[in-house]
Amino acid sequence: MRNTWTICRKELGSYFVSPIAWLLLTMAGLVSGFFFWVLLRDFVLEGIEMQMRGETFPMNVNEQIITPLLMNVGVIFLFFLPLITMRLFAEEKRSGTIELLATSPIRDIEIILGKWLAALILYACMLLFTALNFAFLFFYGNPDWKPLAVGYLGLLLQGGLFLAIGAFISTLTKNQIIAGAVTFGICLLLWVLEWASSYDSATWATVCSYLSVITHFGSFARGVIATKDVIFYLTGIFLGLFATARSLESLRWRS
Amino acid sequence: MIAVKDLSKRYARTTAVDRISFSVEKGEIVGFLGPNGAGKTTTMRVLTCFLPPSAGTATVAGFDVLEQPREVKKRIGYLPESPPLYPEMETIEYLRFVGKLKGLSGADLAKRVDYVLGRCFIADVKTKLLGKLSKGYRQRVGLAQAIIHNPEVLILDEPTAGLDPKQINETRDLIRSLAGDHTIILSTHILPEVEQTCEQVIIINKGKLVATDSVRNLQARTRGVESVQVEVAARDGAADPGAVQRKLEQVPGVAQVLCKDPQGHRLIFEVQSQKGQMVRGDLARAIVQSGWDLNELRAAGMSLEEIFLELTGKESAADAGTAAKQDLEPVSQPEASSEPKG
Repeated sequence: MRNTWTICRKELGSYFVSPIAWLLLTMAGLVSGFFFWVLLRDFVLEGIEMQMRGETFPMNVNEQIITPLLMNVGVIFLFFLPLITMRLFAEEKRSGTIELLATSPIRDIEIILGKWLAALILYACMLLFTALNFAFLFFYGNPDWKPLAVGYLGLLLQGGLFLAIGAFISTLTKNQIIAGAVTFGICLLLWVLEWASSYDSATWATVCSYLSVITHFGSFARGVIATKDVIFYLTGIFLGLFATARSLESLRWRS
Repeated sequence: MIAVKDLSKRYARTTAVDRISFSVEKGEIVGFLGPNGAGKTTTMRVLTCFLPPSAGTATVAGFDVLEQPREVKKRIGYLPESPPLYPEMETIEYLRFVGKLKGLSGADLAKRVDYVLGRCFIADVKTKLLGKLSKGYRQRVGLAQAIIHNPEVLILDEPTAGLDPKQINETRDLIRSLAGDHTIILSTHILPEVEQTCEQVIIINKGKLVATDSVRNLQARTRGVESVQVEVAARDGAADPGAVQRKLEQVPGVAQVLCKDPQGHRLIFEVQSQKGQMVRGDLARAIVQSGWDLNELRAAGMSLEEIFLELTGKESAADAGTAAKQDLEPVSQPEASSEPKG
């Protein structure tokens, strides 16, 4: 466990010493801020319109701003996550530092967990930046905080899954660009897989729908913790990290 | 300390290491010599548990690299061909990180970091980013990370590659100074390095063991004659090279005298002894008694370069590697592999 933390600290150091972390945080704040502004503007305009027409249709900050923004953040971060994971192992392989890790008396799983945890912490920092937007809602309005917290839990789980997949792909190549591109492709597919089931009810469509992360994230965004969705993400994370471990081990036999 | 037996490593299409066996005793410095692509790095990677062997066994301090890799890794310090540095880390931060990976902590860690900073002469760059260091410093930081946990065995892959002559000398001195506390295997394709640094030499070529012996024996055995270089000077500055040469030839046991610098002003001769004769004392006496000054007298030996070319040449020319091995009575044999496993 101590070794995991050592690796994690080192990875966080690398992220925050280089511009990677700061760039990602800035982008996360900027893009989520834009989406927040669009949603908020629509919400306010709608409110004014209704007042002018004299209607008192109930408006809900949670449903009209928080849920759609969380969904948006989920998609936006698809683009950023590969940037976090692509260097994890590819860089070590290219620069030869993997030899240092592999010849130190530590377990592979400690290396993997340390790196994954560091990536997750950076991702959580990015989420915090998006949360700044919601601070305004609490300042000027009175939204329900519980669905918001659940939404962030969902984002964290979903990020953990994508980061585990990204870590696995990063062990397969020395080239960071390849690692990043493939990770992005796979994460995107996992996101849109649900579309395959839109007009079909065959078994494969059900499977696609189950594998798609939208299906599982939607409930979190609406503020519902469903056990089956939590289990989906946790097994996904476990499988991703397991594949990473296998791949790391096989490197030695293949190279 | 290290015992390798019938070790082979095959990649998909090539055999990098082919049934080599050798052993290294505690406290020795062993030079691992071979041309590029001979299998040096592969062998070292097997010893450090980075690669698993395809066949055969390798044990370090009694622990098998396949069975108990963690125990082996605890006892090994490894400097790969290019030092495994993270360019975005500071020297001291990096050494702390490696120290923790190797299992150090607390006061122990701080003490060892301080120690290696001093020992490897890198204290002046301890807060610099590794990516900004010069090649020489990078190499020394690499060496520092290898010895940080005070390992019993040090494995250094071409520690002087790419350095300038001054840095090469500094690095060699550093390695020699580490010899007492550690068993060292160092690979190189530079022959004088082995002559200057190592006691034992293991020569491999194309994945096969060509010879293992002490450097001195190797030089002696290939010819069995002593080769001495002498520099003579006359106090009045007018010694006749011919006269000196004749005088040297009269010394008992001398087979041949060559003038190394016929036109120049320095009187340098290479003297070959007859087989089994030690002539250095007699040579010195003869020169001094003749009224000349003896400026230099050193054993020239046969350079490892020649030995190496001879050995590997035979190997490739007639595939008579075994013949060469028998000539040399090589390969310190398996007694060492019976070290207890624990």
